[in-house]
Amino acid sequence: MRHIISVLLANEAGALSRVAGLFSARGYNIESLTVAPTQTPSVSRLTLTTTGSDEVIAQINKQLQKLVDVVDLADWTEGGHIEREILLLKLNVAAEDVESITARAAKYGAQVLDDIPHSLTLEFTGTSSELDDFVADMTRSGQILELVRSGVSAIGCGNQTLKLHG
Amino acid sequence: MNGAQFILQAFRQHQIDTVFGYPGGCIMPLYDALVDAPEVQHVLCRHEQGCALAADGYARASGRLGVCIATSGPGATNLVTGVANAQRDSIPLLVITGQVPRALIGTDAFQETDVLGMSLGLVKHSYLVTDPQSLPAIMHEAIELAQSGRPGPVWVDLPKDVLLAELADVVPRPSAPAPPSSTPDLSDVLNLLRAARKPLIYSGGGVRLGRAERTFRRFAEAAALPSVASLHGLGNHGRDDALHLGMLGMHGSRAANQAVQQADLLLVVGARLDDRATGALSGFAPHAKLVHMDTDAAEFNKLRRAEVCLNGDLNALLQALTQALLEQPLRVDEWRKQCRQWHASGGFSVASESLPEAPIRGPQFIRTLSRRADPHSCITCDVGQHQMWVAQHYRFDHPRQHLSSGGLGTMGFGLPAAIGAQFAAPRGMVINISGDGSFMMNAQELATLVRYRLPVKLIILDNQCLGMVRQQQELFYANRESQIDLDDNPDFVALAEAFGIAARRIQCWQEVDAGLNALLTEPGPMLLHVAIAREDNVWPIVKPGQSNQHMLDEPRGMSPAAQVAA
Repeated sequence: MRHIISVLLANEAGALSRVAGLFSARGYNIESLTVAPTQTPSVSRLTLTTTGSDEVIAQINKQLQKLVDVVDLADWTEGGHIEREILLLKLNVAAEDVESITARAAKYGAQVLDDIPHSLTLEFTGTSSELDDFVADMTRSGQILELVRSGVSAIGCGNQTLKLHG
Repeated sequence: MNGAQFILQAFRQHQIDTVFGYPGGCIMPLYDALVDAPEVQHVLCRHEQGCALAADGYARASGRLGVCIATSGPGATNLVTGVANAQRDSIPLLVITGQVPRALIGTDAFQETDVLGMSLGLVKHSYLVTDPQSLPAIMHEAIELAQSGRPGPVWVDLPKDVLLAELADVVPRPSAPAPPSSTPDLSDVLNLLRAARKPLIYSGGGVRLGRAERTFRRFAEAAALPSVASLHGLGNHGRDDALHLGMLGMHGSRAANQAVQQADLLLVVGARLDDRATGALSGFAPHAKLVHMDTDAAEFNKLRRAEVCLNGDLNALLQALTQALLEQPLRVDEWRKQCRQWHASGGFSVASESLPEAPIRGPQFIRTLSRRADPHSCITCDVGQHQMWVAQHYRFDHPRQHLSSGGLGTMGFGLPAAIGAQFAAPRGMVINISGDGSFMMNAQELATLVRYRLPVKLIILDNQCLGMVRQQQELFYANRESQIDLDDNPDFVALAEAFGIAARRIQCWQEVDAGLNALLTEPGPMLLHVAIAREDNVWPIVKPGQSNQHMLDEPRGMSPAAQVAA
């Protein structure tokens, strides 16, 4: 089953390598991984998506908790959460199809970022599965030149927050 | 005060008085500061791997923090095996290395390696100190981290200019408040225990690591249950516990494995269900529910689902459990009787007598040594057949008496570990038992024995080959021997004598008594070279990957290969 895990990580040398190394050393999957600063300079926020049996996911959570650089973590499968991912999609589109594909993209709420002959760049934000659907639809009439996904960002619903001080 | 001087001050604050190291370019500021710190004994080994393993042996024998020091580049890479060894057996180790000056990091400078990157898979935590002012906090944290919770190695990599930098006023660190203790809820465990008809204790190295040896002994007495132990659990029960069936697993006793296979409740105390102990998990303890007690919650449900998991300090958990069992003892007399019968018939067997000219057999030799040596002796060993014979036939009374590389299985562990153990107990008897293969992996440390006049006793069980590999080739690879011959070993007696160590060779049964007499009464270090039969195997054995119920015994008439086929 797919899990989204958010981690507050101390900004220390090797911290990200420790997380990535844990996954490779123990044979766990990482499907996506994003890291960026938070409002606190000493702490980054990392979001990863992974799949595995309940036993494997439990081990991932416990092994992550043992890393000294991990300040706090949450496995959002346990509770309500909001997830978003950004897609940048560059399509090779025949001139006669540009209008229809732009209209279809607009129905999804996607934006056209760049439009030159034979190349159309779109931006779309949604959940990972919404991104999958969007890509499938767009490629019905265009050929993918390049596809960039940001990886999942997630935040808990309601007043759930990760704790900056452990 | 510069960074190097601060490190020595941190040693003093944390009562670290013995460290094992080897100097070199980038760590020289620390060695310079050592000149003014006579209260810290620095043990100079002859190879950085020796330093790390000696510090590990010191920690295992004393229960204190082991400290090893090396320079950058090859000094640091040579430590790696010792650090991995400590990590796999959860040994508290502080690893200090010099690094090239900060301005040169990343430039492929002389003796530069990415130590932080290299350390990641081997340590509990590691630091590269890039700001001298952060050094005090990092040193205190590293020393405490290595010893807290589930212990492990912590590595601090120190650029040379950080060691030389002047620190702002360093205020002593206030000691951290003790974590609040809570009373564990034992009702689920007690319900399972009272419902069980065949409950069995399976203890491991966590008892020693958690300093819970005494509490465990009281608990075992109160429970009065049959028990088995992992390699690192040997000694938890003491020599005279009639319900202790010995080691379980690949080379465990038939009685121990039988009891595990029949048990309906397994009380796992400070053990991690290692594959050498469990055999194929699908066939392990098929009728048992599990209660798992450990200080590391990540061990729960890692390999086998437990009905109840108790996380925390083993001392607190075992004390509470002991109290409950004293108030209402367990009634499993049938099961006790059954296990005693298995114990009587399914212990490890050795030939009871030998002709005077007969070759020396490893198991019999270890039994004789166990009877003859001071009962408080500390036994270190290497890795291979001799290690398993020690585990099977030496009768330990305390887990700190048995220092063995379990998780990593590091050949070459024994001699440096014995050096560390002798520093931990300068007046104690320390005996290292090696094979001829393992001994050569760190033989250079003979020089360290001599330098510090350590009265370590060295035994080499020499079968002129890599016996454990040969045994598995015989049994599982159609007897196709491959790269195991060591019949060109050096003259071990002459080798020891070249270092200035007394030595003696014995090669038949009638020489064993005199050989052991000489060894055990020699005031200084001594090496006893014991020639043993090449073809001796460790029995019983479970084929790697198979269930523990498929134990192979020493063949009587039937060739081992035929036994495997059957």
